[in-house]
Amino acid sequence: MKKRIMLAILIVFSSLLFVLAACGNEAEKESDDTGSTGTETSENEKAAEENNEDSDKPYIAIISKGFQHQFWQAVQRGAEKAAEEFNVKITFEGPENESQVDKQMEMLRAVLDKQPDAIGFAALDSQASSPLLEEADEKGIPIIAFDSGVDSDIPLTTASTDNYAAASLAADKMAELIGEKGKIALVVHDQVSVTGAQRRDGFVETMEEKYPDIEIVDIQYGGGDHLESTNLAKTMMQANPDLAGIYGSNEGSAIGVVNAVRELSKEEQVTVIGFDSGKQQIDAISDGVMAGAITQNPEGIGYETVKAAVSAINGEEIPENIDTGFYWYDQTNLEDEEIQAAVYE
Amino acid sequence: MSTDIANTHKPAQKKYFKGSGALQQILAFASLIILVIFFSIASDNFLHWSNIEGILLSTTVIGILALGTTFVIITGGIDLSIGTGMTLTSVMTGVFIVYLGLPLSVGIIGGILSGACIGFISGFSVSILRIPPFIATLAMMMIAEGLSLVISGASPIYFSDVEGFNSIALGSIIPGISIPNAILVFFFMVLIGWVLLSKTIVGRYTFAIGSNEEATRLSGINVKKWKLIIYTIAGCFTGVAGVIMASRLNSAQPALGMGYELEAIAAVVIGGTSLSGGKGSLIGTMIGALIMSVLTNGLRIMSIPQEWQTVVIGFVILLAVYFDMLRKKNT
Repeated sequence: MKKRIMLAILIVFSSLLFVLAACGNEAEKESDDTGSTGTETSENEKAAEENNEDSDKPYIAIISKGFQHQFWQAVQRGAEKAAEEFNVKITFEGPENESQVDKQMEMLRAVLDKQPDAIGFAALDSQASSPLLEEADEKGIPIIAFDSGVDSDIPLTTASTDNYAAASLAADKMAELIGEKGKIALVVHDQVSVTGAQRRDGFVETMEEKYPDIEIVDIQYGGGDHLESTNLAKTMMQANPDLAGIYGSNEGSAIGVVNAVRELSKEEQVTVIGFDSGKQQIDAISDGVMAGAITQNPEGIGYETVKAAVSAINGEEIPENIDTGFYWYDQTNLEDEEIQAAVYE
Repeated sequence: MSTDIANTHKPAQKKYFKGSGALQQILAFASLIILVIFFSIASDNFLHWSNIEGILLSTTVIGILALGTTFVIITGGIDLSIGTGMTLTSVMTGVFIVYLGLPLSVGIIGGILSGACIGFISGFSVSILRIPPFIATLAMMMIAEGLSLVISGASPIYFSDVEGFNSIALGSIIPGISIPNAILVFFFMVLIGWVLLSKTIVGRYTFAIGSNEEATRLSGINVKKWKLIIYTIAGCFTGVAGVIMASRLNSAQPALGMGYELEAIAAVVIGGTSLSGGKGSLIGTMIGALIMSVLTNGLRIMSIPQEWQTVVIGFVILLAVYFDMLRKKNT
């Protein structure tokens, strides 16, 4: 009896796994551009071939802060584009979420053992990574920092967005859109990370310096969590019924603000400015719920990182900082070529 | 022999329903009222209908999770997989509706059933494989997190092209009254849960297992089977929460959900359900979830810095557990 139950449950469980696996494959197939003969064996063969081919190419290991956000996927695309152009082999990996400092350290350690020709590295915590960076330095492996800088002299350069300047542009746009007066609030993704702090400070300080008639009534942190940000943006509008604008400092925060404005039907009244990109932000801009957003240039970050690594391997001179740029996008320029390359769905 | 134990057990249960459990509920309800009065005085904007609607709406997801996990906690177990499990069900709903193009109703039922599957697997590990609930559901939490990323290809699934999906949570089925459906679903789930827990055999066995598992087994009840059922029921609640969250965000976000289980467990504890099992109520959990969202909303509306909001909620949990211990000492 017991055995029969066990067997029945085993069958249910394995069929569930099978279904899940099937779904997963389907999702993969859809995102696969070539998509013609995606059987497992041919993929394996392809991978094996690539390995053989790649053994002579210089190898650049890239460790990002994550992989599940579309932002990181765009960085990866840029890196792959550069890898193809400069004929190098790259690997791209990152921890599951951006608080897993320890996991990132393990990845960096593992990569060091593979003896790459260069490393691209976006530190989650620059203090924690410094011993490993020193080890890389001793081994003579050049390090290129990207996304946010590393608090160390070891990286040869940093390819990143000037978040402070980008947030300052967001403040200028907000001021312009609300007629340089009124109450505004911020939904920021967190108070401890460099990007969180810079995207807040760039915005707040620009407002304070340039627009005396604009009052910042509230700054709240939603961890970039869509639902949390929705709830707190709603509360902000309840607490300040005459709020003129809200700025959301990353994708999750900005979408949260958009949801909140929609749920309270305040589309006409509250000017929403976002940061980063993604399908929902692009839709919100097309619909007119969001006035516009700042986008970094993630493909540019990936591309510049690999390009700088190649220069380092070849012993060429590289600048200390590489500004990968940012753009303001709204209904008027959403279709521009340059914007289309920087926004990601 | 076995009937003796079953008989002596019943009056004891009645006491839990009507005795000290009720006191805890009254205490929790009183705290909720006091909080509401306090915030209404402290801020002019608190008692507006749209703010109250906002509070209720922000209670729904965590609240529904908390209702399901109340069953598990009353049996003396714990379910850590509900947060990421909810994410997985929202992703599965996306797979059914967006990828496979199934009708909305089928997709919703599919989503809820995926929740049930997660609960079933947790229940299986706990009751049949005898893995301690903390470990079994911790493992399930990680499995669900990983699967969400695998199935979705680590990017969100959007329902923007699916007509009517957003209105599952935010629309209003009662003509003339604009209460979002999500809130109605929450109260409906409270009702279903309450009937299950206090009017049916499932509820009786839930309390019996939590009070004394060995005695329950000796009185001829198939504890393994009932535990499996209870975890599966909790999984259904997770599924409903997942569908509601997906609908409210109009997307399935595969990186969300971690940490929601702790908020839900906090709501259960504030509502007077004992973490050592055997005692608890769904009305209490509902009040507990409301206390959490009234607190965060009220503190936010007063512009208290967020760091302090977390500290305050932590203290509320401490107080709730302290009262629970006092109660136990007295009985």
